[in-house]
Amino acid sequence: MNKRVVFRHRWLPYALLAPQLFITLIFFVWPASQALYQSLLIEDAFGLASEFVWFDNFIDLFADEHYLASFRTTIIFSVSVAGLSMSLSLLLAVMADRVIHGAMVYKTLLIWPYAVAPAVAGVLWFFMFNPTVGINAYVLHLLGYDWNHYLNGTDALILVIIAASWNLISYNFLFFLAGLQSIPRSLIEAAAIDGASPVKRFWTIVFPLLSPTTFFLLVVNSVFAFFNTFGIIHATTEGGPLQSTTILVYKVFNDGFIGLDLGGSAAQSVVLMAIVIALTVFQFRYIERKVEY
Amino acid sequence: MAGVQLKDVEKVYPNGFKAIHGIDVKVIDGEFLVLVGPSGCGKSTLLRMVAGLETVSGGEIRIGDRVVNDLEPMERNIAMVFQNYALYPHMSCYDNMAYGLRNRGVPKAEIAARVAETARILELEGLLDRRPNLLSGGQRQRVAMGRAIVRKPAVFLFDEPLSNLDAKLRVQMRIEIKRLQADLNTTSIYVTHDQVEAMTLGHRLMVLNGGNMEQLGTPIELYERPATTFVAEFIGSPSMNLLDARVSDDGAVVKLPDGESWTRADGGGRHAGRTVTLGVRPEHFDITGGDDGEAHLHVALVEHLGADTLIHGHIGDDRNALTVRLQGVVTARMGDVLPLRVAAKHLHLFDPETGKRLD
Amino acid sequence: MVENRPYLNVISHLIIIICIGIVMLPVWITFVASTHPIEALLTQPIPMWPGDRLFENYALVLTAGIADAGGVPVGVMMINSLIMALSITIGKIAISLIAAYAIVYFRFPFRMTCFWIIFMTLMLPVEVRILPTFKVVADLGMLNSYAGLSIPLIASATATFLFRQFFLTVPEELAEAARIDGAGPLKFFIDILMPLSRTNIAALFVILFIYGWNQYLWPLLITTEESFYTVVMGIQRMVNVSESLPVWHLVMATTILAMLPPVIVVVTMQRLFVKGLIETEK
Repeated sequence: MNKRVVFRHRWLPYALLAPQLFITLIFFVWPASQALYQSLLIEDAFGLASEFVWFDNFIDLFADEHYLASFRTTIIFSVSVAGLSMSLSLLLAVMADRVIHGAMVYKTLLIWPYAVAPAVAGVLWFFMFNPTVGINAYVLHLLGYDWNHYLNGTDALILVIIAASWNLISYNFLFFLAGLQSIPRSLIEAAAIDGASPVKRFWTIVFPLLSPTTFFLLVVNSVFAFFNTFGIIHATTEGGPLQSTTILVYKVFNDGFIGLDLGGSAAQSVVLMAIVIALTVFQFRYIERKVEY
Repeated sequence: MAGVQLKDVEKVYPNGFKAIHGIDVKVIDGEFLVLVGPSGCGKSTLLRMVAGLETVSGGEIRIGDRVVNDLEPMERNIAMVFQNYALYPHMSCYDNMAYGLRNRGVPKAEIAARVAETARILELEGLLDRRPNLLSGGQRQRVAMGRAIVRKPAVFLFDEPLSNLDAKLRVQMRIEIKRLQADLNTTSIYVTHDQVEAMTLGHRLMVLNGGNMEQLGTPIELYERPATTFVAEFIGSPSMNLLDARVSDDGAVVKLPDGESWTRADGGGRHAGRTVTLGVRPEHFDITGGDDGEAHLHVALVEHLGADTLIHGHIGDDRNALTVRLQGVVTARMGDVLPLRVAAKHLHLFDPETGKRLD
Repeated sequence: MVENRPYLNVISHLIIIICIGIVMLPVWITFVASTHPIEALLTQPIPMWPGDRLFENYALVLTAGIADAGGVPVGVMMINSLIMALSITIGKIAISLIAAYAIVYFRFPFRMTCFWIIFMTLMLPVEVRILPTFKVVADLGMLNSYAGLSIPLIASATATFLFRQFFLTVPEELAEAARIDGAGPLKFFIDILMPLSRTNIAALFVILFIYGWNQYLWPLLITTEESFYTVVMGIQRMVNVSESLPVWHLVMATTILAMLPPVIVVVTMQRLFVKGLIETEK
């Protein structure tokens, strides 16, 4: 990251960096350190007294059945969202890569869900599946299934999984399509001359070459499912029914803001922070490999 | 207009690497000096130090009568032409040329006049409102020159300006640069690794090797009296042949290892009995035989270039391999043994240890 | 494709069209619902074709809002959203450009420290530091203000890295030529570097506008006064009305309005959008 030519100036570079650094320090680093600190304290309900308790909050946290359930929910949620969205997008990308005519139109018709806010995406599907007015609930009723995400936890979880997957489709589609288009034609042609059928070609040539893209999307999808889906949950199921859709970010918000459990919420924040850091490091190490690839 | 003077100039990088070892040179007003040497020899670094793009670690650089060591590039009244041209891609050719003048607060009308004048000299008139990406390589090169000329600086600095052009265009632009420099009579320092460019352009050449100045002189001086084996091999194509040899005890002849010998011009007995590196340019051999003593060339390969014939072979054993360049078409084939004569004035003697010329 | 089998092409088209249909369906249903009176939505199945209340419904939500959900006109919320989105976008681009410029073109003590501090923002999304950040904003008196809605979100490692990456591809000779032409650091930045960054800035603008417009958790924390509600978070109050059923036709009209601006931006600036998306992930 070094340039040969550099300007010499005593204070200008600091002045240029100041806005970014101030905002980062005040709104990112300081609150994060506060979260770290508070995760080691227990505060009474009125916020009058606090006691330093080392890792008690974390011990309590991982002994808490609700928290562990939330962890499980988050994992089911993330895996389902990544799986559903990525497989659909890959199918679409492969098909769009095949067709010569209309590829641009298809692309245009598929990219806009990215622009829809997760909360709005949630509301769209919330309405579709609404037990009283939703068209999907109606069709399911005709098929003999009484859908009710207000009462049935599984229904509610499926609802948010569908909404989140829908939200991610454009992103995954664009990256898969770019990945497919970067595979040299000659490789596919060589495989065809070697007598591989289209399906076989896909699984033996295309899919392995696409693996960097797939890994990358897996990380991005997980980050999205872990953190950016707060809006989907909050705008629709509000974590319910009976915590069946309480993913970790929703729980940290709920316990902190509604439940006012400062220490517990801070401990949850710290756990989430560790997850983001792990994912970021993973992502960056992966990108290093991508450069060499 | 001004000359450039370098006094014991040194460059040491922060990592301790010494790129330039004490260079002294005085470029007189209107002179065209070429810095030449292999890549990594420090020639570009030296030029960039004159430009003010690299700091000076030691010594003194003067432009005119000012010491410029600590001046910003813009304060040095220089202009530079870069290898990749470094044209501003988002500006038209006109703006590219005008930018430096505007930054110096030159009035609009004068800028317009000067750009028009420069464009006329460089035949760029029709291209002024185009962006660089719409120009050919040669045209970009010209705009880059125009950007330098329009400023009417005290010194032009050229950093391998022709190396991105194809061979034909390079010859053409070389001639144009020489003509322009003669017309404008502006002091110029020109960096190149191409010895033909160096020989044809420079009033004087400075040959650099590993940050040291090997020799400074006119092209003919460098060709006729190379100061070191490095210069001897670097200037001239094909390179000068360097042979292991010994001056006879009476100093009259140089002997090759297998006993064959050539007669020296000054039989004065200097370096008598000394082991030397003998340099002979390929074009200075003669195969007609004669009285100056002769050696025999065992022909290994013959290359016909039309105007010349190159004969590769060796004298005696394989150690003393050499190349001979003869005018016209010479019929010789592998395995032939030819008598090889050299006029005494074309024998160059070098110290085998230091590579320095022995006179 | 390598071989010419027409039936495969037909199947490909068919699969894509079906999938696009599924992807579009929720928006269609939403749009249809937003053009009917509430009565049409009370009996199953609800209509699948637009009704005649398009203008009435949209005019009503834009100017009056929904009474049960606080009665803030959606028009006001959209203006709030626009102000927030534009402030975040412009702010992020501005401070990232100059920060990247400092890091690439200057050498100064603590340069790498600054780089890593900026890098840390990547690892600290709002979601993991909700309470303490809220407290900082509250202490600074920035609750219920446009500054509070936008300033804490404008630090951006992604945008800084994008510009840094781009600056590193700008030939060094350009800066040298500018120095010889008498341009100082600021002049070089404004005259040369900014114009060269135009497409990157535009691409980033598209991505960041969407990011800004779609903020949800942040405005939820920062705004308690209804006059500062943004449209994306405002919908939530309409869906989750406690005492009565949601007024679906108006909620759906609001939903369409909430997604319209970013969708228009993406579709009309598709090329820049795709560029921005791919570049920011490098």
